[in-house]
Amino acid sequence: MNARRWFIRLILSLWAVSASAQVFGSIGPSADGFAQPDPAYRLSFPADHGPHPAFRIEWWYVTANLTDSDGRNYGIQWTLFRSALAPETGEGWSSPEVWMGHAAVTTPDLHLSEERFARGGIGQAGVKPEPFYAWIDEWRMEGPTLSTVRMTAQGSEFSYDLQLTADMPFVMHGDAGYSVKTPDGQASHYYSQPFYDVSGTLNLPDGPAEVTGTAWLDREWSSDELSGGFAGWDWFGLTLDGGERLMGARMRNAGGATAFSAATWIASDGTVTAFPDGAFTAAPLETTEVAGREVPVRWRIALPARGLEATVVALNDHAWMDTSFSYWEGPVFVSGSHTGRGYLEMTGYE
Amino acid sequence: MSYSITLGALLSHWRVRPFQALTLVLGLALATALWSGVQALNAEARASYAQATSVVTGTRPVLVREGGVIDEREYVSLRRAGWQVSPVVEGWIGSGRSRVKLFGIDALTAPRDTQAATFAFSDGMAGTMLSPGRLFASPVTAARLAGEELPPVHASDALAPGIAIADIGIAQRLLGMEGQLSHLVILETQPMVRPPLADLAPGLTQRKIDGAEDLARLTDSFHLNLTAFGFLSFAVGLFIVNGAIGLAFEQRRPLFRTLRALGVPGRTLTIALASELLAFALLAGCLGIVLGYLIAAALLPDVAATLRGLYGVPVEGTLTIRPAWWAAGLLIAMLGTALAGAAALWKTARLPVLAPARPRAWAMAGHTAERAQAIAALGLAALAGALVLLGSGLVAAFAMLGALLIAAALALPPLLSRALQLFARGAKTAESEWFWADTRQQLPGLSLALMALLLALAANIGVGTMVSSFRLTFAGWLDQRLASELYISTRTDAEGAALTAWLEARGLTVLPIWNVDASIDGAPGTIYGVADHATYRDNWPLIDASPDVWDKVAAGEAALINEQYARRGALRPGSTVTLPVGDPLEVAGIYSDYGNPEAQILVSVATLTERFPGVERQRFGVRVAQEDANALAKEITDAFGIPPENMTDQASLKRFSIEVFERTFTVTGALNILTLGVAGIAILTSLLTLATMRLPQLAPVWAVGLTRARLARLELLRALVLAAFTAIAALPVGLTLAWILLAVINVEAFGWRLPMHLFPGDWIKLGLLAILAAGLAGLWPAIKLARLAPADLVRVFSNER
Repeated sequence: MNARRWFIRLILSLWAVSASAQVFGSIGPSADGFAQPDPAYRLSFPADHGPHPAFRIEWWYVTANLTDSDGRNYGIQWTLFRSALAPETGEGWSSPEVWMGHAAVTTPDLHLSEERFARGGIGQAGVKPEPFYAWIDEWRMEGPTLSTVRMTAQGSEFSYDLQLTADMPFVMHGDAGYSVKTPDGQASHYYSQPFYDVSGTLNLPDGPAEVTGTAWLDREWSSDELSGGFAGWDWFGLTLDGGERLMGARMRNAGGATAFSAATWIASDGTVTAFPDGAFTAAPLETTEVAGREVPVRWRIALPARGLEATVVALNDHAWMDTSFSYWEGPVFVSGSHTGRGYLEMTGYE
Repeated sequence: MSYSITLGALLSHWRVRPFQALTLVLGLALATALWSGVQALNAEARASYAQATSVVTGTRPVLVREGGVIDEREYVSLRRAGWQVSPVVEGWIGSGRSRVKLFGIDALTAPRDTQAATFAFSDGMAGTMLSPGRLFASPVTAARLAGEELPPVHASDALAPGIAIADIGIAQRLLGMEGQLSHLVILETQPMVRPPLADLAPGLTQRKIDGAEDLARLTDSFHLNLTAFGFLSFAVGLFIVNGAIGLAFEQRRPLFRTLRALGVPGRTLTIALASELLAFALLAGCLGIVLGYLIAAALLPDVAATLRGLYGVPVEGTLTIRPAWWAAGLLIAMLGTALAGAAALWKTARLPVLAPARPRAWAMAGHTAERAQAIAALGLAALAGALVLLGSGLVAAFAMLGALLIAAALALPPLLSRALQLFARGAKTAESEWFWADTRQQLPGLSLALMALLLALAANIGVGTMVSSFRLTFAGWLDQRLASELYISTRTDAEGAALTAWLEARGLTVLPIWNVDASIDGAPGTIYGVADHATYRDNWPLIDASPDVWDKVAAGEAALINEQYARRGALRPGSTVTLPVGDPLEVAGIYSDYGNPEAQILVSVATLTERFPGVERQRFGVRVAQEDANALAKEITDAFGIPPENMTDQASLKRFSIEVFERTFTVTGALNILTLGVAGIAILTSLLTLATMRLPQLAPVWAVGLTRARLARLELLRALVLAAFTAIAALPVGLTLAWILLAVINVEAFGWRLPMHLFPGDWIKLGLLAILAAGLAGLWPAIKLARLAPADLVRVFSNER
């Protein structure tokens, strides 16, 4: 097992994506002294913007839907994963922490992605809560607070430099940030900032583009590997034209059916409603062949409790993250009872 | 008449004379074996070098600090500026000849297609990355590391031998290089924007790391040495083949004549003979390759140990069979056969149909060539002389050696001829006059075998003198260098300090032997700190020094350097050397430092600790009466708990050093003996060839009254006399060879010049051995002659020839 695959397993363990739970047999829930998500825990900022070394896995996940002055649509992704071999931090190479970064730019006909790896303890990657500073190599998310950050990343064919500003509070998923993921109650700590306004520059192979738009930050940490034979997950982070935000996710079983679903409805004033399993539904309408596999690129989603029934269509069907751990992550458009745009993440399509 | 019938007739000869066939095949097989065996050794070592370096970097360029290490923080700043580089730390673990090259890598950033990246975490990441970590090595290397104090070693078949891989943090700790990196591999994919290297890390330069080339350069001398030996053996083997083929052709002359008379075209005959040779070449080639493999497999462990111990290159003692090697072996066998058989084939092709079969013509033809040989010998000798004066570099040195040896070989027949002439002039009786004249007449037929003997003897004397001179110098040097009676390694710096206080309280002198590995002028080297003490002032083997050398060193104004560094850097007392830290120092003196190819700088302890505060303070020499050394060691163990294996007395250390030395030259010795054996066989085949042709000359001598027994004794005596003459001629050649090895090749290859010592006892032994070999070779033909039926001798007179 090479390092990257190993890393991926750890990341996947949060959502239990593997087709076979036995693969993770060696890492049982709450093994190795890692802390477990606690429903009584109340998030506190800025401290919780920083890393949680007591937990096995954690991420800082930003996606943005952008438009240039000609009305062309773009999507970008900036992600930093932290994973720990032991529930501690340390200086130097003996630190048990490893970091992985993913960055991507998507246009209607182009999808460019890049990944980075770094060891903890040597300063190559890390996160500081305030002033906020998250980095891996030269990729950065930096600002006085997490509500005002400059975000940069680059690959061999693209780069971006964006300013993100939000004047709304952070959104807690589930029960005050305690988010249940499976029918048997395994969970993570999960909050978001779905209200960023974005402006900045994208550099693409055919030249630079000045862009504006919206961005969505997901923060999540846990130690669990999830039980059950899940095949993967489909996650929707949507910014609706009425100002509402919807986070909807479903766990898939091996047959492709929904095994568990969760949703958070965020009103334009920031009021949050979490929905239990089954409230949100998502069903593929059409698949297309991406990187040698069939991936759904048109969806029917519904949250009847909010009168939402809409179609979600990918901006670029081929937004495949061809990284060590590969998955589909790209901008989407919403039409139907509500309109808007957002990001779709799909894992486990082997 | 058809080709196949002709071939059948030709081959019938070998059924009658199976021994001759055996000689031919054996000679060719031996020549091929020695040549391809040596090639296999070289190929194996080179393949190891290439493998070892590609394990970590592939063929990518790297960032290095010339002559230094890279601070880990520089790596992080490069990464944080966008440079996609991956850190590597490398060094040696294990001791002496069991050294293994350790590569520390960061598997997260390492190029994915390298072996290292695949293996570093093949057994789970936590165990590899977190203390105590894990080492990965090929099974042979893993076995060699067993017993060393290391993290668990995991064996993997897929890893190149001779190296070990570990996580970078673990490797840094094992190598004592915390916070330091050896180089940074530059990955293929780089981001859009990267600040220039000069702004980020001004001291770093980008270059192609070609470890195979670096190591090959370092070990060039060793491989050239082996190649030269292989070639010499091959040449000597060809003499046998030439003798055997010549004999077979001579004996079949009547058959050739008959075949031609029966209407076989000359062309068919030549083709048939050529196919016969080809068949022999293929058979002997295959046999030779198998033999060569066995030789290589037998010698490789020593070669590998030498390469590791002397040069520090990662090689294991296991041989892989390479297809290219088989092809090369067969090719060289065929080439050898072609060389050895060309003359005979040429003569047969031009044989007039009705020419009487005149066996002597073959041997006599040599006479006219004698003058040409003498001229060629003079020319080559002049070339060798010119190379001494003008040439430089190892290749020139070996070319000089080759020119000298061939000149000597070519000069031998004319010289012997002249010597025999002189003896003939002094002969008192008719019998002795005939003996000398007849011996001289045999010379052309024997000259090739005698040349082979000369080469073998000269090589033996030359290499023997070099090794013995080296041994003598080395032993003397060890006496000087290992002046302390007891050497101690403590486990911590604090223990070192406590031990020093304890020993000094007992009135004993404690000499710190602290050192740091450093890059000296871009090559790996060591900087030592020594105390200002009479032990050094009295014993240290200085070759050249400025006045007050030790005072200057003690005052921290100057440094001493070893001979190889002085030669490499063209440094003299008065020059300056640059240490990785601090101001340059004056070179106050140069000392001899054998058995170590790397540069060394010696400064005072104060200078060392001041410039390298982190130096380990754990090794000490203690001056104590030799007979008390063991008792003191026991007391130290009792008082401090320092394990006995951390203490070595002078005598054991010397014994170990000498043992390392001896093993280093095992291969040389083995090849030497093989060469001499091959020369003995060459003489035998030549004598056998001559014996069958000589009846017409012996018959009249027998007829005038010399008995067969007397004739046989004279034949034997002739072999002995010629061998003795050759041995005498080989002496100056061998000594010249020794001089080239000691004063030219050693300097080029290792950076030290050795004084030449003479060992007349060895020469006498070798001379006797040569005479014995010739005697054994001459015995059989002599016995055959003694037992020859008188009728055979009488028949000579009835024969029209």
